[in-house]
Amino acid sequence: MVPLLLLTVIVPALLSWPLGKVMAHLIEPGGTSLYGRRTSELFCRTGGDALTGEQDWKQYLVSMLVFNMMMFAFVTTVLALQQWLPLNPDGKGPLEASLIFNTVASFVTNTNLQHYSGEAAMSYFSQLAGMMWLQFVSAATGIACLAALARALGGRSNVGNFYIDLLRAAFFVLLPLALLLALILIAGGVPMTFEGAAVARTLEGATQTIARGPVAAMVAIKQLGTNGGGYFGPNSTHPFENPSFYTNIVECMSIVLIPMAAVWMFGRITGRMRDASVIFSVMMILLLVKAAAAFWLESAPAAALWGLPVEAAPNLEGKELRFGAGAGALWAALTTATSNGSVNCMHDSLNPLTGLVPLAGMWINVVFGGVGVGIINLFIFIVIGVFICGMMVGRTPEYFGRKVETGEMRLALLALLVHPLLILGGTALFAATPAGASTVLNSGAHGFTEILYEFTSAAANNGSGFEGLGDNTVAWNIATGVVMLLARYIPIILPLAIAGSLASKKPVPETSGTLRTDTLLFGLIILGSVIFIGALLFLPVAVLGPLAEHLSAASH
Amino acid sequence: MKTALSGKNLIRQFAASLRILPLTVLVCSGLYTGAIYLAGRLAPASSSGSLVRSAEGRIIGSSLVAQQFTRPEYFWPRPSAVSWNAAGAGGSNLSPASAAMRDKTEKVIVTLAPEQGEKVPTDLVTASGSGLDPHISLASVRFQAPRVARARGLSVDELMRIVNSTENGKIAVPFLGESLLNVLQLNCALDRVRK
Repeated sequence: MVPLLLLTVIVPALLSWPLGKVMAHLIEPGGTSLYGRRTSELFCRTGGDALTGEQDWKQYLVSMLVFNMMMFAFVTTVLALQQWLPLNPDGKGPLEASLIFNTVASFVTNTNLQHYSGEAAMSYFSQLAGMMWLQFVSAATGIACLAALARALGGRSNVGNFYIDLLRAAFFVLLPLALLLALILIAGGVPMTFEGAAVARTLEGATQTIARGPVAAMVAIKQLGTNGGGYFGPNSTHPFENPSFYTNIVECMSIVLIPMAAVWMFGRITGRMRDASVIFSVMMILLLVKAAAAFWLESAPAAALWGLPVEAAPNLEGKELRFGAGAGALWAALTTATSNGSVNCMHDSLNPLTGLVPLAGMWINVVFGGVGVGIINLFIFIVIGVFICGMMVGRTPEYFGRKVETGEMRLALLALLVHPLLILGGTALFAATPAGASTVLNSGAHGFTEILYEFTSAAANNGSGFEGLGDNTVAWNIATGVVMLLARYIPIILPLAIAGSLASKKPVPETSGTLRTDTLLFGLIILGSVIFIGALLFLPVAVLGPLAEHLSAASH
Repeated sequence: MKTALSGKNLIRQFAASLRILPLTVLVCSGLYTGAIYLAGRLAPASSSGSLVRSAEGRIIGSSLVAQQFTRPEYFWPRPSAVSWNAAGAGGSNLSPASAAMRDKTEKVIVTLAPEQGEKVPTDLVTASGSGLDPHISLASVRFQAPRVARARGLSVDELMRIVNSTENGKIAVPFLGESLLNVLQLNCALDRVRK
């Protein structure tokens, strides 16, 4: 299985280099580029004068927030009216209000946590103009914000124009890649139809209703844009979303492709490719460790089958045979390293220790991370790393030639602490009250992990789940909806504020005493701050959930 | 921040968002979906769900989706936590270390009725993630072969010759070693031989 692991990680890593170069050009074409001038003119004609000229970081954020509010309003309307809208051949009915709030918050924030089952609840129109549209524009929002951060760190006080960045990212980066992937998926057997469900009379004479729809279009962008929200309830385990070994490989590679390329885009826009290489290496190491751990842990048989007359084999509960052994574990590692959250096996049925791998990935949330926002998250760890090193040698810390001072550190710590606060606070509240405790499927430590996973996934804007949890309740819908919104916008706003504040300072000349951030040593420092801060904050809940379950299963 | 948050600026931003929102819906939901839909017309069978039809053209099922089989003369698919409901797919979501998982597995083993000392292949006792996994392993075919052969009045050797010789949905998965068999296609093939 080692060749499979390497293939799935190395191929996108190799492709990410040219793609990063192309993305940097598409987002930041430069004044002399004909493509750049034509697209700005075209977009300005459509959008009006707010699209002309560059914005400072505050203007940029306001535009981003306003557009995201409009995204929220539009899709809320679509979902609330779905029973009267077109493309509803199976007559899907109205949706409950708290479910609409949760779903819209989830897709606007690029999370794609799903408290509904697509084939049961959503019309084709809701899937295409609601969910799938948000999968494009939320991912484009992430790419735009990364471009703004990179420009600010490059020392510019004007960080670009949000609308122009958004449209370029959506139309010229995401759309062509999604088209290509969707065509591959169609060739691989994924349905793409507007006909309603097929009603079959089975060989034994029973009736089987087979839900279908415009699946290929949505699966392509959900894999590429770190969205992860599937057309069907069980996501890419469903044979219509993922019909074969080969579609599985391609979908799996698509999870990490753009997040990897985003690192190189960051390097090119800041003009600091050596820094980008260090970041890429740190992320790659963490990714390989995670994937290998999941692979190895999931090759153990299910503990519950011990002593039964069953052939010894890796845990197959919640897995599909056609993807081959180990494919579920590998996907679980990749989908939670990036903030994708699609699945090709049921994470609830992973071996207890394997379940810790996706959790750890989402706690750290910077191993390539979400499209664009992964590096924005890592930027906070870089600032912390720079600060710790500065303190150790007794110098004012600097990053990209600007002094990092109290104001920036305050914002960085706030950004860092939001994530554990939302996860641990939410888990504590729901584990201690019937709001959470009465909704778990599995008892004991595993039930605790179900609650922990749900808040972790919401706070990491990931969207995968331990799906045994009965999470379509008003309490869960509102709580995770709020968590997703806070966890999306605070970690975009604060890093941009830090970068904006750095950009407004006078550059300090680099001397022999400057801490260089493009070295192996600094790579290790980032690795250390990511692991230690992640481990220290979440070790107690890891012990209460997956570790406790593993140890008690082993003792039987 | 004052100028960015001024009422005049906010109105300008909302106006811009209102104008580009329809453009993105048109392109990302409309044109994109339309283009892929048209491409799908080049592969009409799989685009509409890989449906399997009887000789008279009646829909029997989809070759990508498992359906329930309970009669002895058919091969049975993997267990399904949703009773093979192809309009509400899903897995068991049970912890593989839980007592509930053990109870469920014990019940499945009783229906499969292994001989004394015989072991059941793991895929035949574990629920798939979608509840619709169309395949079983070759080991699971061999395990069920005596029952199917008896019900069809064939010898196990004759049955396995049919399994191995026809266009029965056998696929090879790289790195897996053994091939997988599509249960619906295999059962259709068996019925064709009988007729």
